Amino acid sequence: MDRAVVTEKLTRRFGNFTAVDKIDLAVEYGEIFGFLGANGAGKTTAIRMLCGLLLPSEGTGRVNGFDINSQYEKIKLSIGYMSQKFSLYADLTGRQNLEFYGTIYRLPRRELKDRIEELKESLSLSEFIDRQTGPLPVGWRQRVALAAAVIHRPRIVFLDEPTGGVDPVFRRRFWELLYQLADAGTTLFVTTHYMDEAEFCRRISIMHRGRIIEMGPPLDIVNKYGEKDLQETFIKLIREKERDAQNQVSGS
Amino acid sequence: MSFIEIKNLTKKYGEQTAVDGFSLTVEEGQIFAIVGPDGAGKTSLFRSLCGLLEFTEGEAFIAGYNITLEFDKVKNLLGYMPQDFSLYSDLTVEENLSFYAGLFGLKHNEFEQKKNRLYEFSGLGPFAARRAAMLSGGMKQKLALSCNLIHDPRVLVLDEPTTGVDPLSRRQFWEILKTLRDDGAAIIVATPYMDEVELSDKAIFVHKGRELSQGTPRELASLYKGKVYSIDIFPSREVMVRVNAIAGVTGRRFGAALHVYTTADMNRDELLTNLEKAGIDGTAVSEIPAELEDVFIQLMGEE
Repeated sequence: MDRAVVTEKLTRRFGNFTAVDKIDLAVEYGEIFGFLGANGAGKTTAIRMLCGLLLPSEGTGRVNGFDINSQYEKIKLSIGYMSQKFSLYADLTGRQNLEFYGTIYRLPRRELKDRIEELKESLSLSEFIDRQTGPLPVGWRQRVALAAAVIHRPRIVFLDEPTGGVDPVFRRRFWELLYQLADAGTTLFVTTHYMDEAEFCRRISIMHRGRIIEMGPPLDIVNKYGEKDLQETFIKLIREKERDAQNQVSGS
Repeated sequence: MSFIEIKNLTKKYGEQTAVDGFSLTVEEGQIFAIVGPDGAGKTSLFRSLCGLLEFTEGEAFIAGYNITLEFDKVKNLLGYMPQDFSLYSDLTVEENLSFYAGLFGLKHNEFEQKKNRLYEFSGLGPFAARRAAMLSGGMKQKLALSCNLIHDPRVLVLDEPTTGVDPLSRRQFWEILKTLRDDGAAIIVATPYMDEVELSDKAIFVHKGRELSQGTPRELASLYKGKVYSIDIFPSREVMVRVNAIAGVTGRRFGAALHVYTTADMNRDELLTNLEKAGIDGTAVSEIPAELEDVFIQLMGEE
C-alpha cells in the first residue's frame, strides 16, 4: 500500500559524525506519528531529509511517493512544514502571511481566497487574522503558522516542536486542531518534548544517537517497560542507552 | 525565617499593569514554581526581584534585606538565569565557567575546586573542552545554570530553564535543583511543565499579572471543581460532537481514549444517563484524578 513516509536505512553523516544512522520508518496516511528523542539525537536532521532540504549520505526513502534522493523539489511542494523557529513575517498580518505562502505554493488567486476563508473558520483565526503577527501571543501565532503550513492542502505536515513555549490552554486547543486535520486524512509527523502530547499520537518512535530504539503505539511501549507513563519510560530508556554507550567507550 | 519575601509587588508600564500585587514567600531549602502563560508577569517579577527593574508598589526582601534599599547586600546572594541566558558559543564549557568565575572575583584555586564540584553534579566534566555551540539543548541549560552557581548564590531565580529541553535532560536538571535545595538554597523557577510543579514545594499560578492561586502541588490539585472521567471508547469526530452536545460535559480526546470533564453538580449516574441518551456506550467509565493542568485551565477560564 502507498504510504506517507517510508525510509530504508536512511543515514546522514557530517564529517565523521553520524547524525542519522540507518533509520527505517513507515508512516501511514492519516496517522499522527510522534517522532521523539533526546536533544541532539538527530530528529531535526532526519526531518530535514524527509522534507527535501538535505540529501541523505546513504539509504533511501519516499515521502508522498517522491524519492528523497532525486525528487526533493516535488517533496517540498507537496508537504507542509511548521516549526517553532520557522517564523511568520512579523510585520505582516496573518492574512498577508497566508497570501504570501499561498502564492509560493502557486495557488490560483480565487482558490487562495476561499482557502483562507476556510482556514479562518476551521482554525478559529477570525479574531486576529487581520492583525500583525509579531505582537500576537505565541499560541495565536502558532495557529497562523499552522494555517500557513496547510494552505496548499498537503497530505503530510511535519511539525517540529509546534507547542514549545505555549501555555496549556493553547496546547490543548492546538491538539484539537491537529486531530481535526488528521480526521480529514492529513498525516501529521510531530516532534515534541511534552510526553503527554506524545501519548496522543497513534504511534511514536524514540530516537537516540541517530538510531531509532523504539517504535510503536505509546501504550504498548509504556507497558513493555512497565513504567507508569511515557515520560518515565522515555527517561528510563534513554538513561539505559546512555549508560551502555558510556560503558562501551570506557571498555574499548 | 522566609528567605524570599515578596509583598504586594506591583509593576506598571504606563497604563498597563504587568504585575498586579503578587505576594509570596520562599523559605530556605524550598523550590517555588511559577506557572503562567506569556504576559502573565513572570519576567517582570523576576527582573524586579533581581534589581533590574524598579517596581511601582510593594516590597521585596531577600535574607531580610529590603532589595530596594539594600541591594548591594543582596547582590551576591542572587543567581539569575533569564530565559535567553547566553553562553559564549565560541568558548568551551570550561572557558565559560572560568569567565563567570572571573566576573565574581574567584581566585584560581577557588575556581578549580568550584569547577570540579559543578562538573560533579552537572555531568559536564567529560565535555569540558567542547565549545558551547556544540552542546545539546539540555547540556547548554546545565552549563548556563553552572555559570550562575559559581558564586554560591543562596537564592536562584530561573526563568523557564527547561523549555524546549528533552524529558531526560529536564529530569537531570531538576536533580541538580533538588541537590541545591537540600543544601538550603531558595529557588524560584518559572516552568510550563506541570510535572515540574509536582516536584516543587509550592507553586503559584498567574495570569495577566494576577495571582490565580498558590499552595503546595497537592493543595492546588484539590482546587478542581467537577469530575474527570476516562471512557474506553475511541474518540472519533462523531463521538466528540455527541459528547460536547451534552450540557455540563466537555469531552477531550486523549490519544485513543476519551476524557470527559463534568461540572461539580453532575454525579456519575447523571453522566451515565446522559451518555446513554447521546448514544455513547458508557460501560467502561472510570473516574480519574484531575491534573494540575486541569486546575490551571479551569482557573484561567474563570478569570
